[in-house]
Amino acid sequence: MPRTTAFFDKPIVKIVRPKTSSGLPDKPILRADRIFKSYSKANLAIPVLKGVDLEVPQGKLTSIVGQSGSGKSTLLHLLATLDAPDSGEIHFLDNRIDNLGRRERDRFRNESIGIIFQFYHLLPELTTLENVLVPKMIAENFFRYAFNKKAYVERAKHLLDLVGLSHRFTHKPRELSGGEMQRVAIARSLIASPKLLLADEPTGNLDRENGEEIMTLLKNLNDDESLTIVMVTHDPEIANESDHTIHLESGRVALKAA
Amino acid sequence: MYKVLLAWRYLKTRYIALASIISVTLGVATLIVVNAVMSGFTHEMKDRLHGVLSDVEIKSPTVRGIVNADGYIAKIKDLCGDQLEAATAIVRCPALLNFQFRGQMINQQVMLVGIDDQTYSSVSDFKKYLLNADNREHPSFQLHENGYDQRLDIAGWPHRRQQVEAELKLQEEFNKLQFGIEEPQVRQSKIPSVQEQVGDEVFAPIPGQLPDLQTEDRSLVIIESGETNNKPSAVDPYSSVRAPTGQGFDPATEHHVGIILGMAIGHQKARDAITDEVSDIFLCRPGDDVQITLPAADGPGGSIRPASAVCTVVDFYESKMHQYDASFAFLPLSDLQRIRGMIDPDGRAAVTGIQLKFRDGSNLDQLRSELATAFPPMIHGFQIQTWEDVQRPMLAAVELEITLLNILLFLIIAVAGFGILAIFFMIVVEKTKDIGILKSLGAPNEGVLSIFLSYGFSLGVVGSGVGTALGLLFVININKVARAIEWMTGREVFDPTVYYFTEIPTIINPFTVLIVAVGATLIAVMASVLPSFRASRLHPVEALRYE
Repeated sequence: MPRTTAFFDKPIVKIVRPKTSSGLPDKPILRADRIFKSYSKANLAIPVLKGVDLEVPQGKLTSIVGQSGSGKSTLLHLLATLDAPDSGEIHFLDNRIDNLGRRERDRFRNESIGIIFQFYHLLPELTTLENVLVPKMIAENFFRYAFNKKAYVERAKHLLDLVGLSHRFTHKPRELSGGEMQRVAIARSLIASPKLLLADEPTGNLDRENGEEIMTLLKNLNDDESLTIVMVTHDPEIANESDHTIHLESGRVALKAA
Repeated sequence: MYKVLLAWRYLKTRYIALASIISVTLGVATLIVVNAVMSGFTHEMKDRLHGVLSDVEIKSPTVRGIVNADGYIAKIKDLCGDQLEAATAIVRCPALLNFQFRGQMINQQVMLVGIDDQTYSSVSDFKKYLLNADNREHPSFQLHENGYDQRLDIAGWPHRRQQVEAELKLQEEFNKLQFGIEEPQVRQSKIPSVQEQVGDEVFAPIPGQLPDLQTEDRSLVIIESGETNNKPSAVDPYSSVRAPTGQGFDPATEHHVGIILGMAIGHQKARDAITDEVSDIFLCRPGDDVQITLPAADGPGGSIRPASAVCTVVDFYESKMHQYDASFAFLPLSDLQRIRGMIDPDGRAAVTGIQLKFRDGSNLDQLRSELATAFPPMIHGFQIQTWEDVQRPMLAAVELEITLLNILLFLIIAVAGFGILAIFFMIVVEKTKDIGILKSLGAPNEGVLSIFLSYGFSLGVVGSGVGTALGLLFVININKVARAIEWMTGREVFDPTVYYFTEIPTIINPFTVLIVAVGATLIAVMASVLPSFRASRLHPVEALRYE
């Protein structure tokens, strides 16, 4: 696995960096207070999250584990601002993000975090390289993008190189294996140099070998770039590899393991 | 950027959507073809409708007409100022036209128009439509030696000489059989002319008929008032008519009053039953004599009396408007005035109408109203009409036809729009997950909206672009296409015996093409608005979960 050099030295979101260095517990990068969320089905509210409190320490690999239906994916969506909680607050560093406007949430997802999914979610019409570039295309208008395109393509190629796909730039997603697709998704989530990577069952759809490769990749990113990763999984073995595990049980945090 | 990229990729990979815009393409192509052909036809038709009609005509419905035409023209000049380009006085009169074709009489009703060959061409396109090349330059009522249309294998003086010769030969044969006379007769006109006479009902003997002794005698008696009996006309009963005093009329070197006939009066197109080729048949040619019979205005006590005259066809008039070509026959104004008895004892000649030509772009309707105010119908009894008034029913019908065709064809494109709408909804459903992905990556609602809008727009552009290209290609090659269809089906698509055109006329109006193309694109965009809006409102989590 090629090691990354200085890819994350350019913060996109200007947020005051915590002064403390590694080793000591930092100020949490993500904090959720008393999160409630319910879905209504046939006029009946089904509570999913019933007051979740959690803190995600900076630079750590945090797992959220729980049974199916325990609300872990919903929680991740809330953390990613893809959905809004019914009540409670979510803070990203010093900023409250659960009550942001639609445009600010779009910007937040685009610039400050990276997301990867169980089913990779690549755009089938675009090539590997274009898929990686999509967040940049979304971030900038046509002319600015065209102006900066060369630098972005360069960076996207480096990222694909980093995930071990330097030979797959022009392939369409359907020509890739599951593991390769997930790596493209990881490269895409890193293009905006985020502080935080949210992963929703990143290995859930992969065989053991591929799953382990993805995990190694994530851990390397965590170690080398001190990228904070929040990972939802139902696999305790994978959860064991993380620095910090949060157990969800029927909508509540059951046990915190350091 | 991603919007353009994705719209482009969707366009390239979604062939079903391309299928949905084929109807747009066809609609646009049809609209362009129909508009080009219709405006070609309309232009051609308007040109021809305008043809012999001047911009504005002041008509007197009375038989005696307008006496002081020059005075009126001067007054109109004062009134209209420099908008008036030309004015001419004419006489219009319904008449019967008789002529002989292969031993049979042909009888047709015509509208005689007495024109001043100097000024008439300045108010209408008259001279442009004459068959003789010299007449097209300087219209005259003289028979020409040559210069006639190539469809006429023989015409003008050569034809006349040939006819006279044949007539003479026939006469000799006849005389030989009848009287045993060997010496050639004095040459005579094929059709004897008869001068109109006051108070006397005179008809020429049926033209072309061999002289019958009884009719000869009869015409002898009535031919010239007063001195009829002094004429030794047993041999040449018609020599007195229109001939210089004391001399015989030599039809091989002289001709009667010139008349220009509408093409359809003396010409037919016929299809050969075997070869199926269209050929021209001339019932009469320049050089032939014809007889006209018309109501003269100077009957006793202001009544109408029939008058006749023999004229020589000097040219044909072919405006390619059957309505005109089958009815108009032109005579010199002064001759028609004389035949019709419109010259009073003081020598003042009356006319029945004044034709006016105005500068291009003049508002004819307004000028007509001004003229109507200046010459109130209650006092003068004039009928003042623009050429469009005269042809109003026809023009209105054609305009209505064009409008209806455009509406119908645009409805076809609108129907295509609903096809696009349906297919777009399907594409949005199919792309739900992609929409979720884009939103999870931070794409705003407007971005998703504009992906699908620009997709719809590019579909519209492709559809109407291809349609425009197809339509223009079709219009440019329409005659080749018509010939190809003829060749394939063996049936004539565009029958020249019906339409007078040998080619289908087309006019490509860039503005119409633009409107059609833009309109079709707009319909495609409008059809994609609703699905795009729906796509932009999808909830990212639900969209991502969609399988």
